[in-house]
Amino acid sequence: MEFKTVGKGEKRKDAVAKVTGKAKYTADLDMRGMLYGKIFRSTIAHGRVVSLDISEAEAMEGVVKVITPEDVKGYIFPTSGHPFSMDPSQRDIADRPLLTDRVRLYGDEIAAVIAEDELTASKAVKKIKAEYEQLPFYLDPEEAIKDGAVEIHEGVKNNIVGHNKIVFGYIDLDEAFNKSDYVFEEVFETPPVQHCQMENQITYAYIDGNEKIVVVTSTQIPHIVRRILANRFNLPYGKVRVIKPFVGGGFGNKQDLCLEPLTVFMTMAVGGRPVMLNLTREECIAYTRTRHGMRHYIKTGVRSDGRILARQLRSYGTSGAYASHGHSIVGKQGSNFSRTYSAELSSSFEGFTVYTNMSTAGAMRAYGIPQVTFAVESHHDNIAEALSMDPVAFREMNLIKEGSVDPLGHVSLKSYGLKECIKKGKKYIQWDKKRELYKNQTGYKRRGIGMACFSYATGVWPHLLEISGARIVVDQDGSVQLQVGATEIGQGSDTIFCQIAAEAIGVPYEMVDIEPFTDTDLSPFDTGAYASRQSYVSGHAVKKAALEVRGKILKRAGKALNTDVSDLDIVDGNIVKVSDSSVLVPVGDITLSSYYDKETAAPIVSDVSNRINNNPLSFGVTVAEIEVDIKTGKIEILDICNIHDSGKILNIVTAEGQVHGGMSMSLGLALSEVMLYDPETGKHLNNNFLDYKIPTIMDTPELKADFVEIYEETAPYGNKALGEPPTVAPAPAIRNAVLNATGIRVNFLPMNPQNLFNAFKEAGLI
Amino acid sequence: MYDIDKYNEVHTLDEAKIYLKENPDAVIIAGGTDILIRLHKGKLSSAHLMGINRIEELKIIRKDESGDIHIGPLSTYTMLEESTVVPENIPCLSEAASFIGGPQIRNTATIGGNICNGAASADTAPVLMCLNVHLKIESAAGQRVIPISDFYIGPGKVVLKPGEILSDILIKEDDYKNYKGTFRKFAQREAMDISTLNCAVFVNVENNRFSDIRIAFGVAAPTPVRCSGAEKAALGLEVNRDNISFIGKAVLDDIKPRNSWRGSKAFRMQLAEVLTIRNLCRLTGLEE
Repeated sequence: MEFKTVGKGEKRKDAVAKVTGKAKYTADLDMRGMLYGKIFRSTIAHGRVVSLDISEAEAMEGVVKVITPEDVKGYIFPTSGHPFSMDPSQRDIADRPLLTDRVRLYGDEIAAVIAEDELTASKAVKKIKAEYEQLPFYLDPEEAIKDGAVEIHEGVKNNIVGHNKIVFGYIDLDEAFNKSDYVFEEVFETPPVQHCQMENQITYAYIDGNEKIVVVTSTQIPHIVRRILANRFNLPYGKVRVIKPFVGGGFGNKQDLCLEPLTVFMTMAVGGRPVMLNLTREECIAYTRTRHGMRHYIKTGVRSDGRILARQLRSYGTSGAYASHGHSIVGKQGSNFSRTYSAELSSSFEGFTVYTNMSTAGAMRAYGIPQVTFAVESHHDNIAEALSMDPVAFREMNLIKEGSVDPLGHVSLKSYGLKECIKKGKKYIQWDKKRELYKNQTGYKRRGIGMACFSYATGVWPHLLEISGARIVVDQDGSVQLQVGATEIGQGSDTIFCQIAAEAIGVPYEMVDIEPFTDTDLSPFDTGAYASRQSYVSGHAVKKAALEVRGKILKRAGKALNTDVSDLDIVDGNIVKVSDSSVLVPVGDITLSSYYDKETAAPIVSDVSNRINNNPLSFGVTVAEIEVDIKTGKIEILDICNIHDSGKILNIVTAEGQVHGGMSMSLGLALSEVMLYDPETGKHLNNNFLDYKIPTIMDTPELKADFVEIYEETAPYGNKALGEPPTVAPAPAIRNAVLNATGIRVNFLPMNPQNLFNAFKEAGLI
Repeated sequence: MYDIDKYNEVHTLDEAKIYLKENPDAVIIAGGTDILIRLHKGKLSSAHLMGINRIEELKIIRKDESGDIHIGPLSTYTMLEESTVVPENIPCLSEAASFIGGPQIRNTATIGGNICNGAASADTAPVLMCLNVHLKIESAAGQRVIPISDFYIGPGKVVLKPGEILSDILIKEDDYKNYKGTFRKFAQREAMDISTLNCAVFVNVENNRFSDIRIAFGVAAPTPVRCSGAEKAALGLEVNRDNISFIGKAVLDDIKPRNSWRGSKAFRMQLAEVLTIRNLCRLTGLEE
């Protein structure tokens, strides 16, 4: 298929605003009379506040108000940003008080100060005194799930937030293991890590002249924020307005209501004066959301030829102190478990998310799948090694089949490029040659290559609704003003939508503009930026809106030019006669009359919503070549490449950007990032960028991206998920390269120097 | 949003000494890469700061007639990398400076600040220890010159008394001229990181024997340390791979790294041996 703008590396619509600093983020929109909030946090990990003394803080000059748990009793929120479920049993868990005297993590939010300036607010926070009664705390889900463990949320048995069990197959699981020639059982562990998006969490709120609560916030989910706030504060939806300015990244951290409810309460407490809550980096790392740390028990039965007969995965994830996404993450993992490989006879997944006294885990790019994929892909290399099989051959033998239907009946596979991705990956890394070359190394610097595969669903259907909205106004000269409910948070969706609109209408990309802010009073309804849904789900709405205005333009042109509409097309912004390819008039000639013709004026607009009951799978592989210094445990990535089947690529430049960013995030997970807690106190130890080791550019090798473009027929323009998938496979690919280099099975992350030193020492390598 | 009560700048060393005498509560701030972090963390509050960034006389790097090198304490790491005196005479110090933080940090952080904050992890400290650097300390009451080995007294603690300011970092010609030196930093990241361990080694080789050897570490003890035991044991040894391994083991008796969540003692001991050997191999051209 030939496209005019889809697929091209069009310049981002927000490029100039961001490069020149004209882009306005929440903090840039400071208002006159703004007050500032600061949170008083607990210094124990689990227990109760028995006394709270705010008198000194209240008496300070510049302090306007101090809010305590007493003031906010009864306000309990669900925080995760999902579409509302019409099925009450599927709704998000409401367990988050605005402020709490029942402490569930070190740093839990007990009181809040509102002051004339931030410094006064933080000085006042230091004057608040609390006394506590302590309870035992848990930093491991398998401790918190034990019988007899203290309930972190009273009434939640064994602290289980989420549980999902999926068993399917032709025969009983135990029987399938019995039929296997070999059974392999291993344990894998992935740590909690943090999003570290550039812009910390920040919100401000005020009450305007229409008695409307206006919330300006750095969020991925403006419409969901409005719903949750209106519901819990018992306000008509029309009295809550959520505005999302430019956002400096989210990665799931902002698919959650961390600040908005408290900020709204604060402004209500001071008569509607604007109040800003702006977290520090330290607070953002430790007290917002993290990726779920997980332990995976995996068991695989194989026939002697390498075919998997039975698979079983049991995983325990830490939800931390509050539920957030803990209930839904296991659902996604369960679905994913059987979407890359199949077992011939039987398969079982069981996942638990468990309350602990750690940072609350929430959505983070690829939502539980990097953890499962690390376990599965590492396990597969270990099995291949035990069977003396080539790990790629082992994978290929066990992949799901072309045209197969997801065993859960959710998704039918239409486009399937995984095998081609593997082929490209092998060729890129010179698989056979290097596997041979890296056999039997003895020096202290050893090299290896590794591969990992994945599958990833584009959106959240059928678990949840997939819907999106778009509106188009065609100006007098044919310029296209596009409005969407989808949320641009840096991922580049606005640019993609403009390309889709331009392509569908037939005008140049430059003629389409889009409003970067989302405003729930003005923007169409869309559930927001999460999963990898926007180009696919919201892209459909944009295409639908664009086709509608295209039809209206053509109809008007047909009348004006006295030509049959079926013989007209819009190409490069001109009305063209199809039968002889002649250019008739510019679109602007037609649209001008749509505004000003005394008899027929009717501006060309569209306003659509689109629901999608589909969810195609995207696929891909990472291949990596590494060198490891046995004596220091330091890994150098020599070469790394992601190859994605994300369907048709809509913008090659922004697509590569997504892949680079996702790979970088996974390099951190693989090599350096981990959230550390003091075992004595439960206090977060490394919530700053010196000690939380996000990779710098000096640690980052050249990141290569390649694509297998198979047109996905259910998509707006053949596209599938690409936002999250790049961050799924690099970590296990690197891990498998370490196995290839050293023969050591590293079944945990991160593979930082200290951890590898310990592993090499234990294995007798040093 | 820093908790700063007062900020005043001085323009000459004399002004600084008088200001410190009259304001015993004043804290000196140079590049600010350490002080501002302490303020941010609340370790310093209601601060009274004396800014010294405009004291030009403390920014000079020069070699005097006798061949001794003077480094003004307000020299930034970028200046250590780019001035002609340091790279030409003590390239190893330029190298150590280049490993600190990132470009923005190196443009503002000063070597004097790095010494005076007393951090065990300071990346220039092992090199300065190997150079037997002398520090000139002045106050309104007078001045004193002390060897750097006497300067550190504990983690984050140095001998500076209230009213005192570091005014010169002196490297004698004898301490650099006949030496080849090298420095290695081991950190988790290749930039913007704190050393897990760092190590400087200086050697003077005559007739294929170590006629002098100096080894110093950061993060291997509560303060930067010289390995006097290993240095003594290595003196006069023939330059060969076995002896380098011997020295690599010998340093372990001179250091006392601790266990912390940032790194285990066992790992730091391993790094001490490996970095010593790698530095010596680099200096002698032998294979690791």
